[in-house]
Amino acid sequence: MVMQPASTELAARTAAVISEMKNLEGPLIPILHGVQEEFGYVPQETLPIIAEALNISRAEVHGVFTFYHDFRHNPAGRHVLKVCQAEACQSMGSDAIAAQIKQTLGIGFHETSKDGAVTLEPIYCLGLCACAPAAMLDGQVIGRLDADKIEEIAEEVRK
Amino acid sequence: MGLVHEIDFGTPASKSEKQVTLIVDGFEVTVPEGTSIMRASMEAGIEIPKLCATDMVDAFGSCRLCLVEIEGRNGTPSSCTTPVMPGMVVHTQTGRLKDIRKGVMELYISDHPLDCLTCAANGDCELQDMAGAVGLRDVRYGYEGDNHVRAKNDGAENFKWMAKDESNPYFTYDPSKCIVCSRCVRACEEVQGTFALTIEGRGFDSRVSPGVHELFLDSECVSCGACVQACPTATLTEKSVIEIGQPEHSVVTTCAYCGVGCSFKAEMRGEELVRMVPWKDGKANRGHSCVKGRFAYGYATHKERILNPMIREKITDPWREVSWEEAIEYTTKEFRRIQYQYGRGAVGGITSSRCTNEETFLVQKLIRQGFGNNNVDTCARVCHSPTGYGLGQTYGTSAGTQDFDSVEDTDVALIIGANPASAHPVFASRLKKRLRAGAKLIVIDPRRTEMVKSAHILAEHHLALKPGTNVAVVTALAHVIVTEGLFNETFIRERCDWSEFQDYAEFVSDPRHSPEEVEKLSGVPAETIRGAARLYATGGNGAIYYGLGVTEHSQGSTTVIGIANLAMLTGNIGRKGVGVNPLRGQNNVQGACDMGSFPHELPGYRHISGDAVRDIYDSLWGVKLDNEPGLRIPNMLDAAVDGTFKGIYIQGEDILQSDPDTKHVSAGLEAMECVVVQDLFLNETANYAHVFLPGSTFLEKDGTFTNAERRINRVRKVMTPKNGYADWEVTQKLAQAMGLNWNYKHPSEIMDEVAKTTPSFANVSYDFLEKMGSVQWPCNEKAPEGTPIMHIDGFVRGKGKFIRTEYVATDEKTGPRFPLLLTTGRILSQYNVGAQTRRTENVAWHAEDLLEIHPHDAENRGLRDGDWVRLQSRAGETTLRAQITDKVSPGVVYTTFHHPDTQANVITTDFSDWATNCPEYKVTAVQVGASNGPSEWQKGYNEQAQQSRRIAGHLEAAE
Repeated sequence: MVMQPASTELAARTAAVISEMKNLEGPLIPILHGVQEEFGYVPQETLPIIAEALNISRAEVHGVFTFYHDFRHNPAGRHVLKVCQAEACQSMGSDAIAAQIKQTLGIGFHETSKDGAVTLEPIYCLGLCACAPAAMLDGQVIGRLDADKIEEIAEEVRK
Repeated sequence: MGLVHEIDFGTPASKSEKQVTLIVDGFEVTVPEGTSIMRASMEAGIEIPKLCATDMVDAFGSCRLCLVEIEGRNGTPSSCTTPVMPGMVVHTQTGRLKDIRKGVMELYISDHPLDCLTCAANGDCELQDMAGAVGLRDVRYGYEGDNHVRAKNDGAENFKWMAKDESNPYFTYDPSKCIVCSRCVRACEEVQGTFALTIEGRGFDSRVSPGVHELFLDSECVSCGACVQACPTATLTEKSVIEIGQPEHSVVTTCAYCGVGCSFKAEMRGEELVRMVPWKDGKANRGHSCVKGRFAYGYATHKERILNPMIREKITDPWREVSWEEAIEYTTKEFRRIQYQYGRGAVGGITSSRCTNEETFLVQKLIRQGFGNNNVDTCARVCHSPTGYGLGQTYGTSAGTQDFDSVEDTDVALIIGANPASAHPVFASRLKKRLRAGAKLIVIDPRRTEMVKSAHILAEHHLALKPGTNVAVVTALAHVIVTEGLFNETFIRERCDWSEFQDYAEFVSDPRHSPEEVEKLSGVPAETIRGAARLYATGGNGAIYYGLGVTEHSQGSTTVIGIANLAMLTGNIGRKGVGVNPLRGQNNVQGACDMGSFPHELPGYRHISGDAVRDIYDSLWGVKLDNEPGLRIPNMLDAAVDGTFKGIYIQGEDILQSDPDTKHVSAGLEAMECVVVQDLFLNETANYAHVFLPGSTFLEKDGTFTNAERRINRVRKVMTPKNGYADWEVTQKLAQAMGLNWNYKHPSEIMDEVAKTTPSFANVSYDFLEKMGSVQWPCNEKAPEGTPIMHIDGFVRGKGKFIRTEYVATDEKTGPRFPLLLTTGRILSQYNVGAQTRRTENVAWHAEDLLEIHPHDAENRGLRDGDWVRLQSRAGETTLRAQITDKVSPGVVYTTFHHPDTQANVITTDFSDWATNCPEYKVTAVQVGASNGPSEWQKGYNEQAQQSRRIAGHLEAAE
């Protein structure tokens, strides 16, 4: 992969995020979160800027960035729906729920709808086992998923 | 002979002095506290299976193969991460462990290709060994399903598979063979300190990634080879091993590049060199290497290497290949004729810092005994002669005070005018390791080098001074130390001359030496100077490392004296972790100086005017040595231009490219009647030569090199000289033809003569070196096993001598015509004039010299990155491409001098050090402007070089 130099605007916005968090103890992960908040994902071009600022290597930033699935390589849709696929939810039928969601939204896991409305992702445990099967829409958890709730979700994301 | 097998203890040695005894498989073992169970077992000869552990890096505990059972403890802890405890009873092989290990190996092998027979690592694969060790017979999981091994799964694209990365010229990365043990990643971090590798992803997606999923060549990788050495499989493999196969025997020898003097195992198949692998017992490098020593040896078999002697009457003639006899006879006749015609002093010679001690000794002996004069000099003239002078005057020895191990005890390192990350990479790695462990760093350098800021390295203070103001800045540091009362009075009273100290203290206390005043000259903020001085004086063990940025100035010797003063002021001399350490440029520049290569000194730095010293040689050599010093290199060239110096024997040095003011050098050479060049290649100097004697490489001869820490390392012959003779044999032939009675059968006999005549080498012999591995001089009755650290109980000269260091600005000044200051240096992948490294794949990293210029200066001149620019000074002009970077300050430009097409020394002036004539390479006033391409001078030079390299009977190579 050939590294593209970052544009001035992207560099400036990244630098602003970095300067806010640079003095934290263990600043790399907070900075990656900050960058993702700023751009909606972590643009590849920001990695060398972060490395330079923290005086670590590009490889180290890349290693941390790729370890966590939560850090995005590409922009997400306007809404992000995460459906739990961990053991407790599975036992409560999350497989079928997921299939239904996929059908309703017309996309699979790790995909974004063509209109950019929603990105669908699996997640492994939201800590909501008592209310399985569970999901999370834009950070809001939803328990006891069923056909009605799936419709509600679909309506919400299409607004 | 066989391969030299090194034991891998799995984890690094513990330095603890407290001993712990435990029982491993029924055997009692005693090891230092903090040792891992894995290492303790290996000490007892019990090898615990392992994959992710190797003793160059810290324990990691990921492969789960080295598990053991400990009586009284639950579970099966990994032996690499578990430290020994007194009375511990360890079992390394139980039924339970065997089952676990077999299970683990099954998983590994289920995602690994089964192409052992055709694999490059066959015969040198730890995965294969471990499969054997655990008795793997079957893989129950099969080889189907998800894998990283095959490009296609049942005809469909396998996205988990990654193609081989062959971008690095020396090794390949084959992800399909990777077991993700992280040894490469950890070697890059812990040993090399570059942090170029990581593991990307997680779980089954984990892969080794250079940089941000880049190719090795595009990544931060510096190609030191530590990862390749650490890799237990064929994932990272030398291309030479892929091409040739596994070596069958190996010989321990010493690298012939920089002054670190790394020990290597030359791994051979017959007379073919398969690879160079750093030797863990090497005391300078401790098992580490850089891209040059590890990989850049291809020049030894390069097609441009000259293997037959050649002569020509005029330098405009083509070369004529002749027999050795004819070449030797022609040379001696010419030298005798010149001496008869123009006088005994009309000839001289230059010894080589690239050759062995023995060869250097013979060349100076030939000149003193055979030529009957002292016209001998060496390339140290142009690099570290001020070190010899400065440290000789202040301490009494012309060499560094420490060994490299000393850096492990350093608390504050002060680097002046050196960029070890480029020029002494293995030392830089050792220093970086210490810095990561908490030591502080001060850098005095006009450029922001990798030592100032790079991954995990950040200098506490960077004194980005204006080139040429070293003395002022060093004196200002002393000013702060003295005026703020930070000096070590006890040390000074005990070890130094108190009245000289008082004189020096009075001198430096003068307000004109204060940081505030020096700021005006040097551009370094006063507070930075004060901070640096305080840190060096009070931060614990302070060690100074310096390079040619100190010596190659009109006041080079003064700066060395200033540095020596700093160490004496603060008591940083005579124990581990401190000292004054010149980083010597060439493999044997220390040795060349030791061997009497200077016109005024006999071996062991004894002045030629001393009757007692001359007597030793007079009686042994049966001559009457001249008691007057001979000519230095610049004097020889001046005399040549004047018509009084007519013949020169140059062994292994390219003075035309490496010495300052190229035009003056060429004029001097052109005026001579017999220039004899002994080298591997038709170098630039050979364009003006009448006799070319083919040289031999370090792989083709026996001898010794002495590195920057005074360590005498053995060089061992691994192949027959392709040119027929080792260089010492050629010099001996010349001597014999001149009627001298020389009969050395082996270089060991030359070393015996050195030891017999030189007190600091008295105990050195090849037998002793064989036994010790290496020794650091002085090695004599007072220090029978050598001297790792000097001046322990007092200075060699008696009392340490403080000498005033008055700053005198160089005559080379900027002005309206030449407003910028040019300074020069080296880059990691190339070595000096590049005669060797340019003839290796190292050109992948640095194919041409570039001019570093600050964005501000570039914009003023309308220059963009990569533009051709003209670089002009009072001495001359050349052209090269610009690289825009803020590593240099505004007003300063920087270039390297590795390529003869650029000839940076056309630009440099003939100003030189007041004491030693060491040229002022590091300061030249220049102007930079846009250009369309090579200058007239460059074109003319290239034409002359091409003409001059014609060999009769050889077809011109088609360009």
